[in-house]
Amino acid sequence: MISLSVLGVELAYWQVTSLRVLGVLLAVVLPAGAFVYLFLFKMMSFMQSRLGPMEAGPFGSMQLLAEVGKFLQKEDIVPERADRRLFFIAPYIVLASTFLLFSVMPFGPDVYFTNLDTGIFLALGLSSVSVIGILIAGWASANKYSLIGGIRAAGQLIAYELPMVLAVVGVVIQAGTLNLQGIVAAQHQGEIFGFSGIGNPFLLTQFVAFGVFLVATQAELTQTPFDMPVAESEIVTGYMTEYSGLRFLLFFIGEFATAGAFAALAATLFLGGWALPFVSLDDNAMNFIGPLVLFAKILMVGFLIFWARFTFPRFREDQLQAFAWKYLIPIALINILVTMILKVAF
Amino acid sequence: MTLTDAQQLGYINAQAADGRVNVELETDDGMVLNMGPQHPATHGTLRLVARLDGEQVTSADVMCGYMHRGYEKLCEVRSYPQVTTLVNRIDWLGSFANEVPFILAAEQLMEVEAPPRAQWIRTLLFELSRIANVSLFIGDLALQLGAQTPAFYAFRDREFVLNQIESVTGGRFHPNFDRIGGLKDDLPKGWIAETKAAMVRLRAFCDEMEGLVYGNEIFQSRTRGVGVIPAAIAQSYGLSGANLRGSGVDWDLRRDANVGLVYDQLDWKVWTHPDGDSYSRCWVRLQEVREATKIVDQICDGLPSGAIMAKVPRIIKVPAGEAYIATENPLGQMGYYVVSKGDTGPFRVKIRSASFNNISIAPWLLRGVYVPDIITILASLYFILGDIDR
Repeated sequence: MISLSVLGVELAYWQVTSLRVLGVLLAVVLPAGAFVYLFLFKMMSFMQSRLGPMEAGPFGSMQLLAEVGKFLQKEDIVPERADRRLFFIAPYIVLASTFLLFSVMPFGPDVYFTNLDTGIFLALGLSSVSVIGILIAGWASANKYSLIGGIRAAGQLIAYELPMVLAVVGVVIQAGTLNLQGIVAAQHQGEIFGFSGIGNPFLLTQFVAFGVFLVATQAELTQTPFDMPVAESEIVTGYMTEYSGLRFLLFFIGEFATAGAFAALAATLFLGGWALPFVSLDDNAMNFIGPLVLFAKILMVGFLIFWARFTFPRFREDQLQAFAWKYLIPIALINILVTMILKVAF
Repeated sequence: MTLTDAQQLGYINAQAADGRVNVELETDDGMVLNMGPQHPATHGTLRLVARLDGEQVTSADVMCGYMHRGYEKLCEVRSYPQVTTLVNRIDWLGSFANEVPFILAAEQLMEVEAPPRAQWIRTLLFELSRIANVSLFIGDLALQLGAQTPAFYAFRDREFVLNQIESVTGGRFHPNFDRIGGLKDDLPKGWIAETKAAMVRLRAFCDEMEGLVYGNEIFQSRTRGVGVIPAAIAQSYGLSGANLRGSGVDWDLRRDANVGLVYDQLDWKVWTHPDGDSYSRCWVRLQEVREATKIVDQICDGLPSGAIMAKVPRIIKVPAGEAYIATENPLGQMGYYVVSKGDTGPFRVKIRSASFNNISIAPWLLRGVYVPDIITILASLYFILGDIDR
């Protein structure tokens, strides 16, 4: 029986579980909201020499609530020829895959939903579930733009799943475990050439994998320069064309919550996760500081993701596939090979 | 007049051209993708019907006319000074340039010549509207290819030019400033120095765009070798402007057939690019913005003094006759064929706008390309809907 002591109070199992469910909900919504406000509204505006939302609350901080309110008021339109049941279900599949991603994410020594031995394996598997939702959305909308968008998304997500998995393999080899807590611990306790002061965030040794992972993340999130599935100037936001109101909001939350999830994954795999240098992993205080540390790291990765998003034009579909198969996958494979050799040698 | 049934049917058939295309959407061979009239990439109401095989275009048709405003017909019921208000709205991003060829044609019919200062200021405003127009194109091009930020930079720096146009003419978009025999007003005080500062700003903008957009590997891979127009094809379709010069044809009306403007007294260069692909068209436009800033600087330095209005009668009646004047507008050759019967208004005006001819090559160019390349090609051809439909 797992028990958790919070401020000296022993909590029962059901209390711990409810706390964890609440935590996952928060973990989905908080990074998504922070990404939309900080990056999509503010950073993007500042990069583009404008102010962004300024009216709702101080510096437009309440703009998110206004946007959510706007979407909730809108009419939920279903195209006449749409496959209604699939059309309704698609956004929930996308969102569910995002929620499930957070279920294996560790935020502290005891702050997690589940601690599976094959955590990272499950996370990568779950991240591909959203493809099904997107494909369903594209098909069920009875719209040619949506169909093209859905098919593009499927092709793209499958193509970039592979470099992402291969990038993670390098980390797994170095950590020697698939458990995400184990990977955090391996980074915290690791050492670089005998120096163990800051542990060994795998960013330093697996920088190639980090680069591949970030590029693949960008593609998985269908962010520019890999945003052909939602290219608004070509296929009018692709599979989301026919969605309005609440269902569009679900897709929107799904998009940014997934960005948060992948950023959290990257932070856990490469930046040391929730751990802080010089602080013991078993320290009870890390149950409170850990989530904040991870959140800060999520924002750092998110900055990189959105920086690229606002800077680059988008690839063409065939160029995107060529980029994945000709460059990213070979690079990731070479990285695995080098990691294996070095792991055995040292 | 009553029509026979056959005539009525013929009329309905002709009217229902769009309807026929809609019926063809249901065909079995391949998918027909209907882009527009409301589509974010056509910046206006252009309709493109593309037959697809997977993501490859087997054939594409351009349907225009959704924004037809009947300016040629409207010109017939306006007096000559009123026409400039209408033609301002043809190419709405470089409005002043639309007025100039019409006024020049009217002046030719009246055998009036604007005083030198007016001619210089006309050339100055002409180039400013070119900068305003093409600098926005560069941002819009990046936006069509998926990069949002350059569009905002373009809007930001175009503002410097629009401010200068506004402080002379009073209108940011539709100056309506050109008069038969000269200009409405002289330049305001201190305007020259401000314009020169704005030109420095615009040159910096060009450098920025060269690094941010043109130098980007993704941008180059999207545009190089895409939508190649050989020089002979470009000429046979009647392309003009940067679309023609991007195919390596060294042809610029400002140099080759200059009427009424002072380009022959300035030191400038016609840029061409031999490749003929989307990148070369965009590159030529970028160089033209740079060149235009130099022209503006030269005019600011060499502006002659004197009157800005020739002696013209208070009520303008243009003697009977015909005149055709074409100038090198931001989008390409823009010509007005003005027929006068001696009234206060033109008897007939035919407007040869550049975009209408430039877009006519699209069906030829779009055959066999991928869907994303449709956007690249249309963006690099650079049309303004008002310039197509008039």
